[in-house]
Amino acid sequence: MKKVFGRPHSLKTSVFHYCPGCGHSIAHRITCEVIDELNIRGITIGVPPAGCAVLAYFYFDVDMIEAPHGRGPAMATGIKRVLPDRVVFSYQGDGDLTAIGIAESFHAANRGENITVIFINNAVYGMTGGQLAPTTMLGQKTTTSPLGRNASLDGYPVKLSELLVPLPGTTYIERCAVNSPANILKAKKAIKKAFQCQMEGNGFSLVEILSPCPTNWKMSAVDSCKWIDEVMTKVFPLGVIKDTPAAGKKTGKTEKEENAG
Amino acid sequence: MNKVLMQGNNVIAEAAIRAGCRFYAGYPITPQNELCEYMAEHIRKVEGGVFIQSESEIAAINMVAGASAAGVRAMTSSSSPGISLKQEGISSMAACELPGVIVNIMRGGPGLGNIRPSQGDYFQATRGGGHGDYRVIVLAPATCQELADLTMDAFDLADNYRTPAMILADGMMGQMMEPVVFKEPKRRQYPERYMLKGAGEGKSRFIKGLILDQSDMEEHNWKLDRKYQVIMKNETRFEVYRAEDAELMIVAYGTAARIAKGAVKRLGDSNLKVGLFRPITLWPYPSSELREFSRKIKNFIVFEMSTGQMLEDVRLALQGFADIDFYGRPGGVVPTPAELANVIIHRYKKSSKKKELC
Amino acid sequence: MLVKTIFAGFGGQGVLMMGFSLSHCAMSEGYEVTFLPAYGAEMRGGTANCTVAIGDEEIASPISSEPNYIVVMNTPSLYSFQNKVVSGGVLFINSSIIKSEPRRKDISFYKIPSSEIAEQIGNSRASNTVMMGAFIQKTGIVSPEAYLKSLESVMGSKKKNVMDINRKAFASGYEYMSRLL
Ligand code: SF4
Repeated sequence: MKKVFGRPHSLKTSVFHYCPGCGHSIAHRITCEVIDELNIRGITIGVPPAGCAVLAYFYFDVDMIEAPHGRGPAMATGIKRVLPDRVVFSYQGDGDLTAIGIAESFHAANRGENITVIFINNAVYGMTGGQLAPTTMLGQKTTTSPLGRNASLDGYPVKLSELLVPLPGTTYIERCAVNSPANILKAKKAIKKAFQCQMEGNGFSLVEILSPCPTNWKMSAVDSCKWIDEVMTKVFPLGVIKDTPAAGKKTGKTEKEENAG
Repeated sequence: MNKVLMQGNNVIAEAAIRAGCRFYAGYPITPQNELCEYMAEHIRKVEGGVFIQSESEIAAINMVAGASAAGVRAMTSSSSPGISLKQEGISSMAACELPGVIVNIMRGGPGLGNIRPSQGDYFQATRGGGHGDYRVIVLAPATCQELADLTMDAFDLADNYRTPAMILADGMMGQMMEPVVFKEPKRRQYPERYMLKGAGEGKSRFIKGLILDQSDMEEHNWKLDRKYQVIMKNETRFEVYRAEDAELMIVAYGTAARIAKGAVKRLGDSNLKVGLFRPITLWPYPSSELREFSRKIKNFIVFEMSTGQMLEDVRLALQGFADIDFYGRPGGVVPTPAELANVIIHRYKKSSKKKELC
Repeated sequence: MLVKTIFAGFGGQGVLMMGFSLSHCAMSEGYEVTFLPAYGAEMRGGTANCTVAIGDEEIASPISSEPNYIVVMNTPSLYSFQNKVVSGGVLFINSSIIKSEPRRKDISFYKIPSSEIAEQIGNSRASNTVMMGAFIQKTGIVSPEAYLKSLESVMGSKKKNVMDINRKAFASGYEYMSRLL
């Protein structure tokens, strides 16, 4: 009998520790599927973040090195510059990427580092217990915004993907969600495109994934998926945000050759 | 043998490149800018050399961690406030057992302080500096020649023990020029198995510092500690000067030791018998070597360009076997050898008077 | 032998170059040497100085308690440094700019109108080299030939006529000092 569906080769057999209904497991899986499809398991190096996905190396069967909170893009920069022919991605949450690590994200993007960032946006700090994140919705209750996010006190949801658009170093940015089969397929396509973009030397690519966190949203898994459609996408609309591969195209020269002119 | 007259900051950079450093990330801060600038000009000229002016000190050290994990010799440099920012990454490198060299060209502190030479970061450097139970190998050069030699050695030590190593100097050493001869660096011996280059056809690996299980974490701490014990046993370095018949010994490192040597030299013609003990490794501290001297010498003066930090290590080393006095000039003040000589004369007389009374 | 010298003046007077070229020459002649420039905020204020220590043996301290020689190129430097020079030491004064004289009686001093001499030979910027001519004539730390060789190598790729002017400047300073003595 022909096997039509199975575990991706680059996904380890360990059981996910994520909460039921969490988007991380799906994001991991589709990333691994892409790694399989592109046949890049042996040349991929991943950088997991601090946060719920800190144990990502239990699941991804690729070389990985953990970065301190927010520093994934800096760590990935160091790796990629030394090993330009590897596929390097950093996997980060909203607090990691848009709060404590915004400088690292912004500048890796601005340098056009030829890396891919997988950005899990679930509007809260998951692992620490559901505190306010830069991406928390206005009015959303979190453990540090018990009355709901108040713009005049807590500021507005940060749309990092859009913020990176004007930087010439960024080439491919798309916002997806993993709350429905159709969206999951789109997200996988986006991740694949981002990795391909990197493999062609096009520069910084980022895939933002709106991802349910039923535990901290205090909703059922089904309601969480609905909430993404009904609330989150109003502020964080899905779709391709930037796709200009030529702009940040790397010359493929070493720094020595670049230096020589 | 090719002698060149070079500024300290440039010497460090050149020595690093010669030692095979192929990745440098840094952020401008006085008084170490020339190091960063030298790297910008020269490291990219060598095959595989990478230079990044990072967005922050924090980014720089994490880039270094990434490059180190990817298998090259990597370095960052800064001055005091910037080194504070790097501590997160240094702690993480110690946890993940990643080699790397960090240069601290100290300036006055705390806070922004000033940009004058100072030795106020001794505690930070020798006690790990960041959070958690770890140590960093700390080398304290006192001449431009040592800046060159110890920078090369720092890479070897970092590799051998898979741990970050620090060059601790100050603004004066960074700016000073002296003739330097670059020695032939040793060949790098760092096993491929510690590098992260993609799994290829084999098993994937991961490098991490997060160990949630407390007994595993405890074992990791003891494992690191066993390594530190070996370093303490094998890697202490120091210099002594005119110690043969000394009745009083100055203990000083780096620039302070240069000034102290000048003072000891000035006193050479007097009938005062003064020697100098200069630790070259600040961690591991040459404690037992220093304690040896307390068999014969009962008076020590610790001289630092701070309010007294290494003083604590001297106390720990001497364990009450000798009297310890302290003279310090913090805040970026660099005293002259004459000033220190006067202090020594004064204390010498005091201690001999005490002896007479006994 | 251990000789320490401080060179001081405005930024732009080539004060660091004086110290650097002397250090380079001392190194080439086989001496131990340290060159310590003042750096940072004080540079921004427009003044510059450096300390050069030259000796037969390893230089203990690059900092000088009481330098043997001090070369001052502007008036504030005279005031800042005249008290530092060792008793019996020598002060070299750029008298084109500095109109006052040191108050100390236990040192000797020489007034060299180095800026004017430099202008006469056609380049006011060579005032520092004029002063070096006078300095080396008096101190004899290194030979004039050796110094000029070092100066040429530290000026590196600069145009040949720049070096010619500096040679002339050096010779004029040297000569001026011979006549003074
Ligand atoms: S807390 Fe939220 S993000 Fe973390 S594992 Fe649970 S559902 Fe996922």
